[in-house]
Amino acid sequence: MKADRLFKWTNLVVVWLWLSVFALLPSLFVFLLSFLENDAVKLVRWKFTFINYLALLNPLYFKVFWRSFCIAALCTIICLCLAYPFAYFLARLRSKYKNLLLFLVLIPFWTSSLIRTYAMISILKAKGLLNTVLLFIGIIHQPLPILYTGTAVIIGLVYSLLPFMILPLYVNIEKLDTQFIDAARDLGANTATIFARIVFPLTWPGIVGGIILVFLPAMSMFYIPDILGGAKSLLVGNLIQGEFLAAHNWPLGSAVSMVLTCGMWLLLLIYWRANKAGQQHESIGEI
Amino acid sequence: MNRLVKSSYLTAIYSFFYLPIIILIIYSFNDSSYSLLWHGFTLHWYKQLGDDMALAVVTLHSLEVSVLSATCATLIGTLTATCLYCYTFFGKRLLHGLMFVLIVSPDIVMGVSLLILFFLMKMQLGFWSLLFSHITFCIPFVSVTVLSRLTGLDKNIFEAARDLGASDFMSFKRVIIPMLWPAILAGWLLSFTLSLDDVIISFFVTGPDFQILPLYIYSLVRIGLKPELNALCSVMFIITLFIVGIFQLVLRKKEA
Repeated sequence: MKADRLFKWTNLVVVWLWLSVFALLPSLFVFLLSFLENDAVKLVRWKFTFINYLALLNPLYFKVFWRSFCIAALCTIICLCLAYPFAYFLARLRSKYKNLLLFLVLIPFWTSSLIRTYAMISILKAKGLLNTVLLFIGIIHQPLPILYTGTAVIIGLVYSLLPFMILPLYVNIEKLDTQFIDAARDLGANTATIFARIVFPLTWPGIVGGIILVFLPAMSMFYIPDILGGAKSLLVGNLIQGEFLAAHNWPLGSAVSMVLTCGMWLLLLIYWRANKAGQQHESIGEI
Repeated sequence: MNRLVKSSYLTAIYSFFYLPIIILIIYSFNDSSYSLLWHGFTLHWYKQLGDDMALAVVTLHSLEVSVLSATCATLIGTLTATCLYCYTFFGKRLLHGLMFVLIVSPDIVMGVSLLILFFLMKMQLGFWSLLFSHITFCIPFVSVTVLSRLTGLDKNIFEAARDLGASDFMSFKRVIIPMLWPAILAGWLLSFTLSLDDVIISFFVTGPDFQILPLYIYSLVRIGLKPELNALCSVMFIITLFIVGIFQLVLRKKEA
């Protein structure tokens, strides 16, 4: 009995100690730092202030925020539109190659998005594959300047993050009970109604899960605009990176991180709500 | 008709995923520095990679950090999963939620928060700061992998072990570890690749005298296109592919 208690407490102490020191404590520091004043020499001055958050309303920063938000939102919408049919077809596929196909989705999920972003350059550059093909077909007569523009950043983000949208959707669609769809069809519902009233509500948790996994990284992956984008396509991630490593204004950088963190909590709240609603749907199904 | 639409859509997305990588790999064998045209097959760029001493050092650093952090994260992550499954304790739901939050929280926020922590601890940025950070972001992935397997097990097995007089530590060693080793190995492999490929968090917590592979690649990418880089990225991709393959085999065995 005594040994059991010792084992339990060692476990708990190791786990909690590690997570408190390296996860909870640092988050607390970011929170505190965002309310302190910047100091050129000592990094911070111990004085409570809202100045960092007020600075974010400055048009200069606000513009970066707004543009980054738009890029991330656009990227999320494109990912959702591309991933939903893909996940749906894949989950409903009856083929002996289904496992292999799923495996092929997992590979980009595991590989470095830095390397995949780099690979994108050879497609998008002026003499790259995309332009060569388009010129050859005759759709365009001059190479499109895509690389180093906002378009390239969006393509790069979608390319890197699409697997993160596909996977949660796939998991949700996979466990969708087809009897609901058959029943609705028997009762005379058309395809649009079935999608709007049955498939969409039942896969809602997967959609929100995908949005969380795509939207937040899309705002923070600073290396994609760095590699593919021009000066105008900065993301919030670049802003944080700049404030911490170039401008050495840590309190302001912390305030920007806090805004991202709040965005995360907002999305998580929606996700938990969606999951609860999903469970209610399922229990209705059981009755 | 419908079937044709479906399969061509799937094909289109798959080629979107793989075309850039395939082109990258093909051009790593191209005997020309910048042209898109094919100038003949060469292994020159791979040879050049092999001769690059700086690269060898950086690769070694990366492997060191990845192996160590995957191992530690697997240990702590498995303990976390065991705690969450076997015990009731104060803050259990908090711990469970924390795992989830750590997975979805943006890397950059974790990166800067750890940077602040190491600064306040007056710790030199380098090997140790990297190791601690990598362990921390890998833990939730291991514990979620292991926990999902644990909840799939028959709870009676643990009851039986206890009835037969096994202590908790004994059943951890003799029951949990042997039954879960596929999930534990999967967690290790996942941590290993996450750690090997991480750019964002490492970017903040590494120091000037400890360079690692993804950051080395990043610095080269920012300078511009070099054919050796194609070769290097191809090698990295193949390594990851290999690991995912093992992972799949392990999981397949788990189901059998």
